[in-house]
Amino acid sequence: MDTNAIELKGVTKRFGNVIANDHVDLTLKKGEILSILGENGSGKTTLMNMLSGIYFPDEGQIMVNGESVTIRNPMDSFELGIGMIHQHFKLINILTAAENIILGQIGQGRRDMKKVNKEVKDLIDRYGFELSPTEKIYNMSVSQKQTVEIIKVLYRGADILILDEPTAVLTPQEIEKLFDVLRRMKKAGKSIIIITHKLNEVLEISDRVAVLRKGSCIGTVETSQTNAQQLTEMMVGEKVHLDIKRTDPVGCEKRIDVRGVSVRDSEGLFILKDVSFEANSGEILGIAGISGSGQKELLESIAGLQNIDSGEILYYPPGDAPVEKLSEKSVQEIQNLKISLSFVPEDRLGMGLVASMDLTDNMMIRSYRSGKSKFFTDRKSPKKLAEKIVDKLEVKTPGVETPVSKLSGGNVQKILVGREIATNPNVLMVAYPVRGLDINSSYTIYNLLADQKSKGVAVMCVGEDLDVLLQLCDRIMVLCEGSVTGIVNAKESSKEELGMLMTGGRKVERSV
Amino acid sequence: MSKIARSNKKVIHMVKRSGISPLKAWGIRLIAAVLGLIVAAFVIVGITGVNPLKVYEGIIGGAVGSPRRIWVTVRETVVLLLIAVGLMPAFKMRFWNLGAEGQILAGGIACSALMIYGKSIPAPLLLFLIIVCSALGGMIWGFLPGLFKAIFNTNESLFTLMLNYVAMQLVTFFIVFWENPSGSNSVGIINPSGKEGWFPALFGSDYGLNILIVLIVTVVMTLYMKITKHGYEIAVVGESQNTARYAGINVGKVIIRTMLVSSAVCGLAGAVIVSGASHTISTSTAGGRGFTAIVVAWMANLNPAGMLLVAAFLVFMQQGSIQIASQYGLNENASDIITGILIFFLIGCEFFIRYHLKVVNTEDDKS
Repeated sequence: MDTNAIELKGVTKRFGNVIANDHVDLTLKKGEILSILGENGSGKTTLMNMLSGIYFPDEGQIMVNGESVTIRNPMDSFELGIGMIHQHFKLINILTAAENIILGQIGQGRRDMKKVNKEVKDLIDRYGFELSPTEKIYNMSVSQKQTVEIIKVLYRGADILILDEPTAVLTPQEIEKLFDVLRRMKKAGKSIIIITHKLNEVLEISDRVAVLRKGSCIGTVETSQTNAQQLTEMMVGEKVHLDIKRTDPVGCEKRIDVRGVSVRDSEGLFILKDVSFEANSGEILGIAGISGSGQKELLESIAGLQNIDSGEILYYPPGDAPVEKLSEKSVQEIQNLKISLSFVPEDRLGMGLVASMDLTDNMMIRSYRSGKSKFFTDRKSPKKLAEKIVDKLEVKTPGVETPVSKLSGGNVQKILVGREIATNPNVLMVAYPVRGLDINSSYTIYNLLADQKSKGVAVMCVGEDLDVLLQLCDRIMVLCEGSVTGIVNAKESSKEELGMLMTGGRKVERSV
Repeated sequence: MSKIARSNKKVIHMVKRSGISPLKAWGIRLIAAVLGLIVAAFVIVGITGVNPLKVYEGIIGGAVGSPRRIWVTVRETVVLLLIAVGLMPAFKMRFWNLGAEGQILAGGIACSALMIYGKSIPAPLLLFLIIVCSALGGMIWGFLPGLFKAIFNTNESLFTLMLNYVAMQLVTFFIVFWENPSGSNSVGIINPSGKEGWFPALFGSDYGLNILIVLIVTVVMTLYMKITKHGYEIAVVGESQNTARYAGINVGKVIIRTMLVSSAVCGLAGAVIVSGASHTISTSTAGGRGFTAIVVAWMANLNPAGMLLVAAFLVFMQQGSIQIASQYGLNENASDIITGILIFFLIGCEFFIRYHLKVVNTEDDKS
C-alpha cells in the first residue's frame, strides 16, 4: 500500500448546482510525475485545492501515504507533506527570497538569517535551481519568483508537490529549466502533480497522465503509451480537427503605421520604447512577448486609451480618404473610424463586458449612443444583434436576458469578439482572445479571426501560445520590455526563435 | 507525518444552494421575523419587565393608531424614500455618497432663506423657486466631491462625510441671523401666520404635496436609471471603470453629472422637510436620515419598490418608539433595540436563503 503518495476515492465537490468534481478517483504513485490534463473548467484546480486544504470535499475519501486523512485547512495539508505552488504567486516583494521562504513558519527564538540562507542555498544546490537566497523579490524575473515558491514548499518539507499551470508564464527556455528541476526532484523521491493544458509539455515531462473532463476523471494513461491526438480526444470527448485555415494575405494595404511610439508609466519608466511597425489589411499581425512587455499599452495607445509620450500613430483608411492621426483623437473618434479593440483580461470580464448585465446590455456598450432619441436608450437593435451573435456563433445561453456572468468563459468570449466583429471593423485588435477557452471554442475564435483577415481587415492579435501564433499569423512582432526585438515571418520562424526574441535576443540574466 | 488521527470529528460546511423557490425564501424570511420578535420579547422582559406584547401593541398604536399618526408615518416614510432615491444613482455608480445629510441641509438652507426673504413673491412662484433652489443647494454639496473624485480621484466617502459638518456649521451660522425670537438660538417656526413658502394642502392633507413630489421624483429617477443613456452609463461606470473607458465613456463627466443628479434630489428632500413638514431649520433638520437612507437603499438592493418597504418599516418602528417611550416610561432607544434585533434576523436570514449548512461526519473515513 505504501506505493501511493496520494489516493483519491470518489471525491466530489459541488458549488451550488455546479458539480466541479464528480466522484474522481486518482492515484499519485511515490516518486512519479503525474500530469493532470483538462480544459479550463474541467475541475483540475478545484481537485488540487481540496488536497491543499482550501476546499473541503462534499463526498469521498482522501488517502495520503496509505492513510485516510481529513484535510480541513492548509495547515493540515502542510503537515501531510503536501505543498502546492499556485498559479499566482504569493510573495512579498520587499523581502528576500529566504525571508519569503520562512514566512509564516514558527521558528525558535532569534531569527538566524545566516542559517536560513545557508539551508536555502543547500536546497538550491541540491536541485539545481538558479537563485540567490538574499535576492529581493522585486528584482526577480517571473521564473525566479516561481523558483522561490517551489523552494518554499520544499523547505517546509513537502514530499508531494502540486504545481498549478507552472508553465503559463514562462518562456520556452525557462520551461526547459523548470522541467530539469522537476526531473531532479523526482530522482530525489518527491512525488509531483503538474496541472497543465499544454499537450506537448505533458508528453515531455510526465510519467502518467490523468485526464479530467467536466469534473470527472476520464482515465489515467501511461505517457509512453499515448500521443497528443489521443489525449486531446480524451480531453474534449470527441474527435477534433486542430487546424487553422491560413490563407496567403491578399491585397495588403497599409492601415496602421506606428512611428517611434514611447509610453511611460506614472513613475516615468518606459513601458513602450520607440515602437515602430505597420499593420496591413488582409493580414494577421501577431504580437508576442512575456506578459507585461507592453502589449496591452501598445493596443491601448492605438485605441486612444493610453497617452503616448512621443511618436505618432497614423491610420490609412481604405479608399482615398485622407490619413488620420490617431494619436490626436479621442477613444470615441477612433471607434468611429472602425478601429476596434477587444481585450480579454485575466478575469475575462471587466474590460469590454459587464458581468452583471445581460447580453443585450453588453451589446449596447459599443452602440448605446446610437438610436433615434438623444436621451433614451434603444434596446431593440442591440437585442437583435445579441440574438444574431448567439445564433451565428452558437453561444450557449438560456436567452439574451441572461447576465454574462452566468455564461461559461468560451461563450463570454464569443460574445465579446462577436460584438467587435459586428461593428465591421477595418482594424481589429484582439488581446488574449482565447484566454481560458476550451480547444473547440479556441479554434472557433481563431477561424473567426482568419475570416476577418480574408475579408480584408487588418487584424492584430496578442497571444500567449506561441504554437498558435505561428499557425495563425502572417507576421509576428515580438516585444521585450517595451521594445520591438523583431518582426518575423510566421511561416519561417520557430518557437525557439520567438523565445529568444522574447527575452531580448540574449540569454536571460540571472543572479546566481 | 505527525498528527493524522483526525477522524471522529464532525465538520460543518456551508454549501451553496442551487436554487430556492420564492415560497421557501419568503418562508425563511417569515421565520426570521418571528424569531426576531421572540428574541426581542425576551430582551424587553429581561431589561424592563414590561409585557412584550403590550410593547408591540404600543409600537403599532404609535405608528398607525390614529389618522394623524398615520399621516406622520407616511410623511416620514416618503422623506426617507426620497433621500434613498437620491442616493440610488450614486450608489449604482459605486460612488459612496455619505453626504446626504449635508446635501439635505444645503437644500434646507436655500429653502429657509427663500421663505424668510421671499415673503413678497407670489405663492406659486415662491414654491417653484423653493424647489429649484433647494435642489441647486444640494447640487453644490454634491458637485465638490464629484469634481475632486473625477479630477484627483479623492476618496468620496471622506469628502462627502466632512462636507456634512460644513453644512451643519453653515446652519449654525445662519441661525444667528434668522434667530426668532431673538436670544432663543433657534429659528423657530418660519412665517407661522402667513404660511408663506409652506407647502399648500393637497388632496385634503397637509402632506399631500410631499407625497406627490416624492412619487414623481421616484418614478422619474427609476426611469432615468432604467431607460436612459445616462442611466446606462452610470451602470457601466459602477460595474467597471475599465469597461467604461473601453466603451469611450468619459468616466469623470459621468461621475460629476451623476453626483449633481444625486445631490439635487437630496437637496430637494431638504425642501420637503423644511417647507413640507417642520417649517424651521436647525442643525438636526436632517436628523440622521441621510445615513438611515443608506440603509434603506442598500437593504432594498437599490430597488425603489423595496426602498419604499424598508423605509416604511424603519419609520414604523421609529414612530412606534416615541409612543412606547411615553406609554411605558421607556427610553426611545428601546425601539432601536427591537429594530436592531429584527434587522439582524432579517439580514442574517439571507445567508440561509443562499446557503445551507451541512454536517459532515468524518467518522465514516476509517483509518
